Order: sequence, then structure tokens, then C-alpha cells
Amino acid sequence: MEGSGVGGSESGSMSTVSREDNMVVSSEDSSCPDESDLELGLGLSLGGKTGGFKMHQLSKGGQFARILTAKDLPSVISAASPSSSSSSSSSSLSRANVTAGTKRTADSVAAANGSSQVVGWPPIRAYRMNSMVNQEKNMATEGFNSTMVNHKSETSMVEKTTAGIGKYQNNGNIKLRKSLFVKVNMDGIPIGRKVDLNAHESYEKLAKTLEDMFLKTTSSVNPVGSMTLELGVMKKITRPSKLLDGSSDFVLTYEDKEGDWMLVGDVPWEMFLSSVKRLRIMRTSEATGLAPQLQERNQRQRSKHN
Amino acid sequence: MQKKVACSFPDEVLEHVFSFIQSDKDRNAVSMVCKSWYEIERWCRRKIFIGNCYAVSPRMVIRRFPKVRSIELKGKPHFADFNLVPDGWGGYVLPWIAEMAGAYPWLEEIRLKRMVVTDECLELIAKSFKNFKVLVLFSCEGFSTDGLAAIAASCMNLRELDLRDSDVDDLGGHWLSHFPETYTSLVSLNSSCLGSDEVSLSALERLVGRCTNLRTLRLNRAVPLDKIANILGRAPQLVDFGTGTYGADLQSDVFSSLAGAFSSCKELRSLSGFWDVVPAYLPAIYPVCSRLTSLNLSYVTIQSPDLVKLLRHCPSLQRLLVLDYIEDSGLEALSSSCKELQELRVFPSDPFGEEPNVSLTEQGLVSVCLACPKLQSVLYFCRRMSNVALVTIAQNCPNLTRFRLCIIEPRTADFLTLEPLDVGFGAIVEHCKDLRRLSLSGLLTDRVFEYIGRYAKKLEMLSVAFAGESDLGLHHVLSGCESLRKLEIRDCPFGDKALLANAAKLETMRSLWMSSCAVSFGACKLLGQKMPRLNVEVIDESGPPDSRPDSCPVDKLYIYRSVAGPRFDMPPFVWTMEEDSALQLNTIGNPIGSEWEHNMKGIQGLRAQMPFVLYLAELSNTSQW
Repeated sequence: MEGSGVGGSESGSMSTVSREDNMVVSSEDSSCPDESDLELGLGLSLGGKTGGFKMHQLSKGGQFARILTAKDLPSVISAASPSSSSSSSSSSLSRANVTAGTKRTADSVAAANGSSQVVGWPPIRAYRMNSMVNQEKNMATEGFNSTMVNHKSETSMVEKTTAGIGKYQNNGNIKLRKSLFVKVNMDGIPIGRKVDLNAHESYEKLAKTLEDMFLKTTSSVNPVGSMTLELGVMKKITRPSKLLDGSSDFVLTYEDKEGDWMLVGDVPWEMFLSSVKRLRIMRTSEATGLAPQLQERNQRQRSKHN
Repeated sequence: MQKKVACSFPDEVLEHVFSFIQSDKDRNAVSMVCKSWYEIERWCRRKIFIGNCYAVSPRMVIRRFPKVRSIELKGKPHFADFNLVPDGWGGYVLPWIAEMAGAYPWLEEIRLKRMVVTDECLELIAKSFKNFKVLVLFSCEGFSTDGLAAIAASCMNLRELDLRDSDVDDLGGHWLSHFPETYTSLVSLNSSCLGSDEVSLSALERLVGRCTNLRTLRLNRAVPLDKIANILGRAPQLVDFGTGTYGADLQSDVFSSLAGAFSSCKELRSLSGFWDVVPAYLPAIYPVCSRLTSLNLSYVTIQSPDLVKLLRHCPSLQRLLVLDYIEDSGLEALSSSCKELQELRVFPSDPFGEEPNVSLTEQGLVSVCLACPKLQSVLYFCRRMSNVALVTIAQNCPNLTRFRLCIIEPRTADFLTLEPLDVGFGAIVEHCKDLRRLSLSGLLTDRVFEYIGRYAKKLEMLSVAFAGESDLGLHHVLSGCESLRKLEIRDCPFGDKALLANAAKLETMRSLWMSSCAVSFGACKLLGQKMPRLNVEVIDESGPPDSRPDSCPVDKLYIYRSVAGPRFDMPPFVWTMEEDSALQLNTIGNPIGSEWEHNMKGIQGLRAQMPFVLYLAELSNTSQW
């Protein structure tokens, strides 16, 4: 009997790249960090036959690669929200603040996560949601207006959310919101992500999220498109110092319903929501079709400041 | 001294006998009888099912079962369907395909669910398996129609290509023309998920026309209504048909040819599709309705009277998927027309609206349960429920095997009494003794879990959201549900205690998902360290969990048993808690640090769920996972 085959040969000694001493130097104290500056930490994994690296780079705000959108220009740095912690999203840290050292209930999470509402409820499969959305879009004459109306009511619902719900109340505080997940791919990164556009109220928020997703943690994602799944393929780290103020290596673009690729940020947010199919973080050098638009904008912005 | 006569059947005889044993469970039992049976069985096992692709490695599978012809793999956890699992989490099938390409040149069937499949994978399949017959990609993603073209071009013996609900990058319908003109083996094609507006109609028609064994054809939305007649005309032997768009300006000649085409399909038993329905065209299917056993109207946005009119023509219906436009009145009518009904799924037409847009309540479900004696499987979205309704359902449908109720607003109480729905769901688990799958919703305290732990002995999968009050709830489930394989929990106040006290239970289950609960990072670490046969994965997109104190709760937690050890393909936002981790438990400032250890050794302790030796043998039966 293969009784000994309890994965003895395959597990145990082979550890994954772990995040052991990877980390964040300044916050080794007893309370959840409530300060906004966390230091850079690089860590090597211990053990592991693959001897791989896993880098987590927690950068301070605003200095890493920025994704340009229309609203960014002229000022790249100030668009980042300075008050929130740079390394983690503000919502999760504020959640940590609220619940430091205590057990957390779903309610307080929902309360603290003002901007991040309940995802995936009711439990309708993404496939069905997309089909429904498409049918609605076909039926709606003024898709633009209706999304705008939804958006307004969502904002007011969020403000009503409170913490500390009584146990036997019909809890009207959970915010149900339709998600609008679209794919996001970034040039040079094999794994795409998905982002819920309805969880963001503006281009700035979206850009921030995308930066958090793609540009903060370096791509230690394994090249799963290839035949060997080796850990420890070290990717080039996007160093903040490569970037100049006011420009970036990347632009944010989207594909609209007609299949055209457009620069993100030109149209009102709600109109964007109703026509976007997917996003792509494109290298500025490749954005040739859009480059004229980009240059035009740059020139306009620069002339404003002169 | 007489020589003992050993069992003298030659291996070939045993192998022949074993070939009649198809079910995995039976095969596993056979393999445990004795060493020689184990050996014989493993060489003749042709079909394996792996419920969690990370529970075992491809190499281990190949080593034990060298002659497999058919494999089924599942990847992401179920909650990935609702966008709770971030993209990039894992579930890549390429390593499996790569290993099997060398080891199983005669592989015929690959069935995948919730896995990431790339065009490279599809090309590899096309190239490596000369007798490839069946490809089912259920809720998969990562590939395009280019990959499908490779399959079409190379797999001469392909019988089945089923892409149901997958997220495919549809570059247009040209992939269909990659099926050579000499190719005629197609039996089943489901391309209903393809999203492009372009489809190569002529290639489709020619394909359908020459594949005379075609039994299942599910078209995608791009195929217009006026082409259906032509397609059906070429395949009157179809058993299962999914239309594309079912709407167009009403033209009588289109209608009559459509009706004529349907009536010549004498074998048709299942219909689906029906996007963008124009009600006037529905009567075209009346000729086949009396024989229909399965009808998917879940994209049909027409009102109840029209739905009822249609359903009155379907007395043989066993399975119905429909939107809540059907309303209580329509369900009442259904219950009198369709006495053979076994499965009912009612989806919400406007789940995010604050006010109900249709008159669908618990009454609709009750009326079906009262009048349809064969009902076994229910998925029902509604906005209100009562204990008395649930008790009625439980008492009248003791044969329910799957009961999934989604009351749209979380924590909704019994609308009549304003009490929790504990008693109602308690009745369900008490009366429905064969219940295998249950999804809860509404206002629920720990009591409902007490009932579940006490009565739901055959329950295999439980989904919980916005329910419970304390760890006791989770403890009832983990300690009471003997058959539990999959448990998924979101937004419940369950923390460390129940999890740690029932750690051994987790090794008897396929997986546990907990998100937005109160399990601390420290507990995850402890679990990972103490339970080497579990992979404890923490998913947190906001940053490394050990940048926060151990007492901080983790965002998402996925625990599954595995003999393959931790996986290597995790994205940056997933961490595995490891047994040999040098991570120290951060006890600084952690007031409850010792409590974890106490829990582990504590009152309930680590109860062995079964003798160790037997457990090892179980684990080596990879296929039951």
C-alpha cells in the first residue's frame, strides 16, 4: 500500500517562498499600525530548494510609477491621497485601526470600509451578471443617465452605513451594489487582474487602486504561461527613481463597446462606466495611436501652468 | 501440511471484473482490499476525479495511475464565481497538461471546472493526445478562440466541446472553420458563452450538417433567430438545443419556418438560450414542449402570463430555470402543470433594486413544494421568508437533496414574526434526511447551526453568509456534520476557537473558505504549523498579514487538505502558513496568545477522526478528492 505516500517526498522540505522576514520594519509593535509611513522592506525567503526571491516593496506614496489619466495631468503626485497609509489601501488599515486587538464582526468591517461595499452578494455568478448587464444595456435608451442615477443612490446609501448592529434587527445597513468587474492587463505582466469599477467613484480612485495592484508589489508572479513553474523568477523592479515628475512610463487606456482603445479620463466618469469593456495599462511608448491625444493634453496642461 | 490455496484468479480476470466498477468510491474500496488488488486496480483505472487540483500533484497521480484516459479537475473555490477570489489566485491547468502530455498519450477526456486555461494549454492538448475526445471547460478562463481553433484543427476524434459559462476571449467565429471538412465526429458543442458579435454562420451550418451524430448544440448570442431554422433543419436528431438570440421583428415566414424546424426535431428534450426574447416567437417551440424535460428560461425577460402560457405546454418538465418574473402566480400555475418537476431555479431580475420589482415571495416556492412530489433541487432568490413557509417546505419535500435559498437582503428576519429563521432551516435539515447541499440566508443565530450539526448527517456542502453569533455556530457544524466536504463562509462572526478546536476535522474535508470573518492571522499560522496535511492560505490584497499584529483578522482564508504540500504558483497576495516556517508567533502585546495553544490541546482537543493507518490509506486514494 502506498501508505507512506503522504506527500512526504513532495512537501515538508520544499517550502514555498515565504514571506518570513520580509517585512516591514517599523510596525513590529503591539498595535495595528496607525501611522502612514511604513518602511521599505525586502526579504529573502529561507529554505526552499528553488532559492527564489519574493520581493514585497512597500513604497511611500506617490513616488512609484504612476498611471496617467486625464485627471492626473498636470500634477502627478498630488493626485495620490496623502492622508492614507501608503502601503496598504486606506480602507483596510482603517479597518485594522477600528478593530485593533479585538474580534471583528462583519458589520464593523462594512462600516469601516466605507468605500468598499459588499462584494459578491447576492451570489449570482459573474457570467449571469454580465448577461443581465448586457441585456439591460441593450434595453436602456439612456444608459448614461441610469448609471448616474444608480451612482447617486449608492453614495447616499454608503453614508447611512453604521457600525454596531443589534442582533435581531433586519439589518438594512449592508450595501448591495452591482459590481462592474472589468479585466485589467498591464504590459509586461502575464497575469491580468479584475477591478470593480463600481467600487470607485472617480478616475483618481481607480488610478490609485490600479497602482496598488500593479505597481506597488513587483511582479513576483510566476510566469505561469510557461512550461516550468519555477519560483524565484526575479522581475525587474520598477524603481520610483526612474520616473520623472509629471510623466510616467505607462498610460491607462480602455476598450470601449465599439472596440476602440481610448485614453482613460476624457469623458465623464459615468459615461466611461457605461462604455468601458476592459482596461489596459499601456507603455507610453506603445500608445502611438493615443500619443497625439496625450501630447495634446500635455501641451494644454503645460501652457496652463506657464 | 497442506499448502494454502491462494486466490488464484489471474490478474486479467480481476481486471475484467474491475472494469465493471465505475464509481470512484467503489474503486477506492477495491484498491484497499489487499496489496495485489491495489496494484491491479491502479493499472486499470481509467477515470479519475480530483476535486481540488492542489490536493495532489500531477506526478503523484501519474505515478499511481499510469493508464488514465479521463481526468476531471477542479480549481478555484466556489466563491470565485462571485468575484470573491482575486484574479491570479491560481488554478492553472498547464502543469497538469504538461505532465500528462508525456504520461498519458492516450488521454481522451479532460473536464475542468474553475481553472485557468491558456491557449498554450489548448495547443498542447491538441498536439499531445491523438485520440482526444472530450473537452469540458466549465467556468474556466484565460483562453481565446485561437486556442479553440487549435483543438478544432487537430482533434480528429473530438466528440464533445463544452465551454459552458467560461470567460473566453472571443476573437470572432472563425475558429469554427478550423474543423476540417472531413471532420464528422462532433456529438456535443456548447459555445453559448462566446461573446463576440461575429460568428461564422456558414462554417457552423456546414459543421452541423456533416456531423450526423450531433446531439447537443448550444449556440451563442451572436447567432440570429432567422438562422435557427436552417441549423435545426440540418440536425433534426438534436436532443439538447440552445438558441442564440431569440428576438427579431416578427415576420410570419420566419415564424413558420422556425416552428416547422422545431417540429421536425422529434428527439428534442432540452432547450436553453433565449436571449433577447420577443414573446411572439415563443409559440414556435410549442411543437416540442410536450416532450421537453429541461427548460432554461433564465435569460427570458417576459412577464408571468406569457411564461405561464408556455409552461402549460410542458407537462414532462423535470428541470426549470427561470427569472422571478414568473412571480408567485406563475409558480402556482407551474405546480399544477408540471408534476414531474425535480429541479427549480428562480433567479432575480433586479437583485440590486431596493424595492421588489416583481411579486415573488416565499409563497411561490411553497406552492411548488406542495404540489410537485418529485422536487429534489431548489435554488431560489427572493426577498422575504418565514419559518412557517420553511417548515411547510420541509414537511412536504422530504426528498430534497439540494436546497439553496437566497434572501437578497442579508440578515432578513422572518417577515411574519421578526424572529430568526433558525427554526425554518432546522426543519429543512431535520426532515430532508438526504440533503447534500444547503445554502443559508436571512437572519440566523447559532441555533441554526446547532440544528445543522445535529440533523444534517448527509450534508456535503454548506454555504453560509451573514449568519451566526459566535464560534459556537461554527463548532456545531464542524463537530456535527459527518459528511461535510466543503464549507464556505463569508461575513460571519466566527473566529479562532472553533477552527482550532476542530482542526482535525479539516483534514476530512476537501476545503474550507472563510472571508470577512474574525479568524486571526496568528490562528492561521498556528493551524498551518500544526497541521502539515493542510494548506492554510491567507489571501489579502491589502498587504502582507504579518505587517499587522497576529491578533488582526485575515481578510480571506482558504484551507484545504493536500498531500502535495504547499503550492508554488501563488500570487503575491496569497500566503501559505507553513509548518517549518520560521515565523514566530507574535506574542508581543498579544493578550490571547496562550489561548490558541490551549485551544489546540484544550477541551475538545485534536480528536482523531479515524485511525491513523486508515487515514493514510485514505489519503493515498487520490481520486476521491
